[in-house]
Amino acid sequence: MRIKTTRLWGALLLALALTLGVAACGSDDDDGGATTESDGGGGAIVSNPDNGKVSLTIGSKNFPEQEILGEIYAQALAAAGYKVKSDLNLGSETVARKAVKTGEISGYPEYASTALTSFFGKEPEEVPADAQGAWEEANAEFEKEGLTAFEPTPFASANAVGTTTETAEKYDLETVSDLEGVSEELSLYGSPECPQRIDCKAGLEELYGLKFKEFKSVDIGLRYTVLENGQADLSILFTTDPQLSAEKDKFVILEDDKEVFPAGNVIFVTEKSVAEEAGPDYEETILQVQEGLDLAVMQELDARVELEKQTPKEAAASYLKSAGYTG
Amino acid sequence: MTDPSLVAAVGEVGEGFFKERSSDTLPCQATDALFCWDWARENIDRYGTPTVQHLELVVISVVLGFAVAFALALLAHRRRWLQPPLLAATGVLYTIPSIAFFFLLLPVTGRGRDTAIIALSAYTLQIIYRNTVIGLANVPSSVKEAARGMGLTERQILWKVEVPLARPEIFAGLQIATVSTVAIATLAVFAGGGGLGAPIKAAINFKTNIIIAGSIAILMAVAFGLALVTAQRLLTPWKRAETT
Amino acid sequence: MIGALLSSPALASIGGAIEFIFAPQDSSVTGGRQVGGFDQVVELTLSQLELTLLALGLSLLVALPLGLYLGHRGTGELFAVVLGNVGRAIPELALIAFMAAAIGVGVLNLTIALAVLGVPPILANTFVGIHQVDRATVDAARGMGMTEFEILRKVEIPLAVPTLFAGVRGATIAIVATATIAPLAGVESLGDFILGENVYGSNGVLAGAIVVALLALTLEFAFAGLQRLLTSPGLKLRSA
Repeated sequence: MRIKTTRLWGALLLALALTLGVAACGSDDDDGGATTESDGGGGAIVSNPDNGKVSLTIGSKNFPEQEILGEIYAQALAAAGYKVKSDLNLGSETVARKAVKTGEISGYPEYASTALTSFFGKEPEEVPADAQGAWEEANAEFEKEGLTAFEPTPFASANAVGTTTETAEKYDLETVSDLEGVSEELSLYGSPECPQRIDCKAGLEELYGLKFKEFKSVDIGLRYTVLENGQADLSILFTTDPQLSAEKDKFVILEDDKEVFPAGNVIFVTEKSVAEEAGPDYEETILQVQEGLDLAVMQELDARVELEKQTPKEAAASYLKSAGYTG
Repeated sequence: MTDPSLVAAVGEVGEGFFKERSSDTLPCQATDALFCWDWARENIDRYGTPTVQHLELVVISVVLGFAVAFALALLAHRRRWLQPPLLAATGVLYTIPSIAFFFLLLPVTGRGRDTAIIALSAYTLQIIYRNTVIGLANVPSSVKEAARGMGLTERQILWKVEVPLARPEIFAGLQIATVSTVAIATLAVFAGGGGLGAPIKAAINFKTNIIIAGSIAILMAVAFGLALVTAQRLLTPWKRAETT
Repeated sequence: MIGALLSSPALASIGGAIEFIFAPQDSSVTGGRQVGGFDQVVELTLSQLELTLLALGLSLLVALPLGLYLGHRGTGELFAVVLGNVGRAIPELALIAFMAAAIGVGVLNLTIALAVLGVPPILANTFVGIHQVDRATVDAARGMGMTEFEILRKVEIPLAVPTLFAGVRGATIAIVATATIAPLAGVESLGDFILGENVYGSNGVLAGAIVVALLALTLEFAFAGLQRLLTSPGLKLRSA
């Protein structure tokens, strides 16, 4: 059967065009895109029609706790009547902050301690231990750049040196200082940046005077995997990790007695102009919805996403509902 | 305005919000099991949007790469002196690792899908360009002579004789380029371009997740490969008469 | 786009990146320590190079003998070709992630994972290169009394050098590219710069990308040169 050349090329082009069309249509539906509109029926957050003119894009950094926070804020703002898109999983703090400045996103949740040490060059011991103090200092610095940070969440998170319960027993480890004299035999696993950061290995070396047998970099998502499969003796964990309570017979963190790892409450960072344009509901909704985020709740949400592999969207939605914010 | 009677209750999660968890009661997806069938069945729709994003990345990049490479090949077909420099230039773009390319483009094109597409297209240029040039060059001069004898203009010879006869090579190049692009597009997540790399990176320790996302990518690559081979067969009817 | 390229932000970025490569820079997160500079760039480049060469070596060890054997005998064509195609389809990030989650991280595991990427192109190209040698030539050699091994060594391999090298170069490109994200799986490489904007700044990121590109191009040139060396003079007279 002879097929005319031109018709075949035409058919191929048509097929390609259709594929592109389908793909384009397919990607229009949500997820990474718009959060469903809520008419605020029944929940504490009331939809304000004035907000419908404002489009917001909520970002987050690239690990589960951040994504959950991003989703909570995004869904809450949608319930308040804004047009909201989410752009989670941007990357680490420098990428996220750049995204705010270029307008790629409207705002994202940051840890006050990270902002102070990473953006503004403070030493870990200079980070105020109380949430209000840390927020005020961070906000003062942000304002110099035309950004602003909303007040902090109840819960705080910090890096921590963690290990298996066997290792802790074997070397009698309860605090990080207990690693003195022992750490030379132990391997430490952390994120690729950890060796250089003063709130990570560099801090452990300088402020605790510790030396490790070796350091290996792994993606943050593998921080428990490497402990479990016996490759890592020590691993950098987060104090809000769900594994620490759900699997407390397996993992334990060492107390940071010399305070190298400052704890950070979450503050929402946004451009001042964006906040002004969006009206008072922007800040109010965010502050309102984070009131329920104490340590226990955050850990429960983290557990649902990191252990039970729910989506951050689902976890955020169930939090907002259970706490009475949405109907 | 908030209803005052609700204020006290709002902000506190309800009873039953918290769940007791312990090492031995964790569901399959919290363990390091190789593959959790139930979880996979229930959550397969999560991979819909990443798959569509991935498809977009691949199709747009390959179409763009093909358009550019084909044009360059036609240009170089008549002007022999262009061939070495073009081969070298496309070769350089092919050799530079896509991740590096993403971040080389960053200061100019910023984060996002466009950067990923430009880098992925650049990667496809050499194979499509080279195959097209070789395909066109392999057309026997006797055939061209015959066509000239029949009174066809050079332009007609190109489009009615040379390009059709070069189809096998062109398609071979297109197939290789497409299959490679599907695989490399998993790295687009580092440029902020989404794709199947996004779910992988988001739950990098969860084997079921990696297996699902990876399998979709491999299937997509194989499907494209087969589709292009079939298209090639259909478009070169004279070859079907030959025995392989 | 040309305008954007020539405008000062882009050029300034390149300037910053070059500065980063040669002189240590300040960083806001290190508590005073400087980062970058020539020594660190060299250290990470060598680490990535080492991983690449190890993986390439393993790939050659596995794929070359098999490809030569199958190509010479003329069997297993379907296997070699399909493997070549499927190998191209392996999604790099999924491979590394699966290896890290299933087996572990570190140089040894990563070498094996990267060899999985390197074996298919080498095997497929070796097979095709050897198999495509003109049968008449091979028969003539056999007629001259050469052993099978001698035929392979003196006739088939020299004639297959261009195709063989195409496979090796393809494998190298895939391996170097994936070795860039080795820091996610326990081995330091130039990806440390590229993925570490918090520590190394946008200058460091760009510097990392530039050096990776240069590393890949250098390896490509090295293999191209090696190929020219190993191609017998008679072959060189034919156009490529």
